[in-house]
Amino acid sequence: MSGPPLELTPTPEPSSLGTESPAPSEIRKFLTSRGSSAISDRAFRWIMLLCALSIFAIVALIAVELVKSSQLTISKFGLSFFFKSAWDPVNANFGALPFIFGTLTSSFLALLLAVPLAIGVAIFLTEMCPKILRGPLSFLTELLAAIPSVVYGFWAIFVLVPILRERVNPLLIKALGWTGFFSGPNFGIGLLAAGVILAIMILPIISSLTREVMTAVPHTQREAVLALGATRWEMIRMGVLRNARIGIVGSVILGLGRALGETMAVTMVIGNSPVIGKNLLGLGYSMASVIANEFSEASDDMYRSALIEIGLALFLVTIVVNGLARLLVWAVTRGAPPRVT
Amino acid sequence: MGVGIEVSNLNAWYSTNHTLQDINLHIPANQATALIGPSGCGKSTFVRCINRMHETNPIAKVTGTVRIGDIDVYKDASPVEIRRRIGMVFQRPNPFPTMSIYDNVASGLRLNGFRNRRVLDEVVERSLIQAALFEEVKNDLKKKSGASLSGGQQQRLCIARALAVDPEVLLMDEPASALDPVSTAKIEDLIFQLKSQYTIVIVTHNMQQAARVAERTGFFLNGRLVEFDSTHKIFTNPGDKRTEDYITGRFG
Repeated sequence: MSGPPLELTPTPEPSSLGTESPAPSEIRKFLTSRGSSAISDRAFRWIMLLCALSIFAIVALIAVELVKSSQLTISKFGLSFFFKSAWDPVNANFGALPFIFGTLTSSFLALLLAVPLAIGVAIFLTEMCPKILRGPLSFLTELLAAIPSVVYGFWAIFVLVPILRERVNPLLIKALGWTGFFSGPNFGIGLLAAGVILAIMILPIISSLTREVMTAVPHTQREAVLALGATRWEMIRMGVLRNARIGIVGSVILGLGRALGETMAVTMVIGNSPVIGKNLLGLGYSMASVIANEFSEASDDMYRSALIEIGLALFLVTIVVNGLARLLVWAVTRGAPPRVT
Repeated sequence: MGVGIEVSNLNAWYSTNHTLQDINLHIPANQATALIGPSGCGKSTFVRCINRMHETNPIAKVTGTVRIGDIDVYKDASPVEIRRRIGMVFQRPNPFPTMSIYDNVASGLRLNGFRNRRVLDEVVERSLIQAALFEEVKNDLKKKSGASLSGGQQQRLCIARALAVDPEVLLMDEPASALDPVSTAKIEDLIFQLKSQYTIVIVTHNMQQAARVAERTGFFLNGRLVEFDSTHKIFTNPGDKRTEDYITGRFG
């Protein structure tokens, strides 16, 4: 299959070597007048670096301030502060464990409830939603994120807690009471109520970020799986979720971050009593809640120092949880070959 | 072994755009059939109607019948069943980036719940050999990602992935158009090797490619099948003026 012989155009000899220069055009003069642009380029670089460094500075300032202001309790209790469950302001005996427990339990409960739901919402929005519904649905999910947490708290007290107390908890006690995780007395408020309200609050963050990363998965990946004879769920699992998994974990971490630090709504429903136990219907207390509740009445320096050290503990717990999440990502993707994009 | 494809009165739409109009043709088993024509003539839509990928687009619509072997693609089976019988290779190589080379090839079988390790090993090796990729990747099967290969290797990996499920028909939608000449030649050799065992339908922009690999060639224009005949006849003595104009480069 050879085509007609190619007719090559003879290469003309260069007539001039560019020694005589014609008058420069208007555009050429303008561009030349702009100079080397080296200074603006360098300035841009430094400004961006400064922006990045400000993050380090802010984190360092907060850490330093937290450590400095909690010197009293740090020197009195040392590390045992983080492992003691006493909370006795009258006798100046403080431990952070019940608050760490309350924060972690309510946050993980929230993740347990919110992550499957959020991924389900994201899958529906990206893969199956009729076009007319997509706009309103994603708008509503994002609207959920904009509701102030005190409003969530009120809603929880007047709507969620009664529902839990009258409908959900009795069922849980009946069906799962034997596990010890769900036993009376049934207040309605408590760790479970805090977990549920947190789940609702972090749902929009996780689902909208998950939707973003899922949308970014190229369409050709979906077609590749479909052409192998996959059902819709198999296509989503292999062609979409698998490719988006790192981004999804990232969105879960962001959701967890919000859950760990959430103050107002949790304070209103967690019960505010420093208890550690496996009963999820029982009352609890979170780190952010105790600071919010008691800081204004912390009359002496030791008390105030203890509350600030709780803040430090929250700071550390956030760092540790983030680190663990990153470790998880690393462990999951370690076996898989490096991703080339 | 491959099976023949019988298409009658096939019409396809994207929204109100009538992309395929009254297509009738018989694609014989165990041969390569090339589909040529200018961009937008409907040849890609045509192959996507064979394995029901066309309808994955919500605005798409199809009427008419397509039979592969004795199965009516749009009546007797679900799209999932049909796609398990028909392999497809796309224009741009689309290996799974988070999977190793081995897992890429095994993905079709694993997807359908196939778990026998020994057979999987055999199938992966055989498919990679068939796709002329095995020698180049045999030491990195489980170490390297499907996306770490060069473009040409990726496309052969995609062919191996399609072959691993032992399809009766292999559809190739411009499989070499994103590749360099050397990779293209390898893909063409491959089609030449594979066509005795599989029914191959290849869409191509490259007329020389059609002439090199295919026994039969169909020429599409504006959503209609203008001419369908032996490749030799199409390229030496086309029956239709429009075919002649196209293959001699007068338009398109």
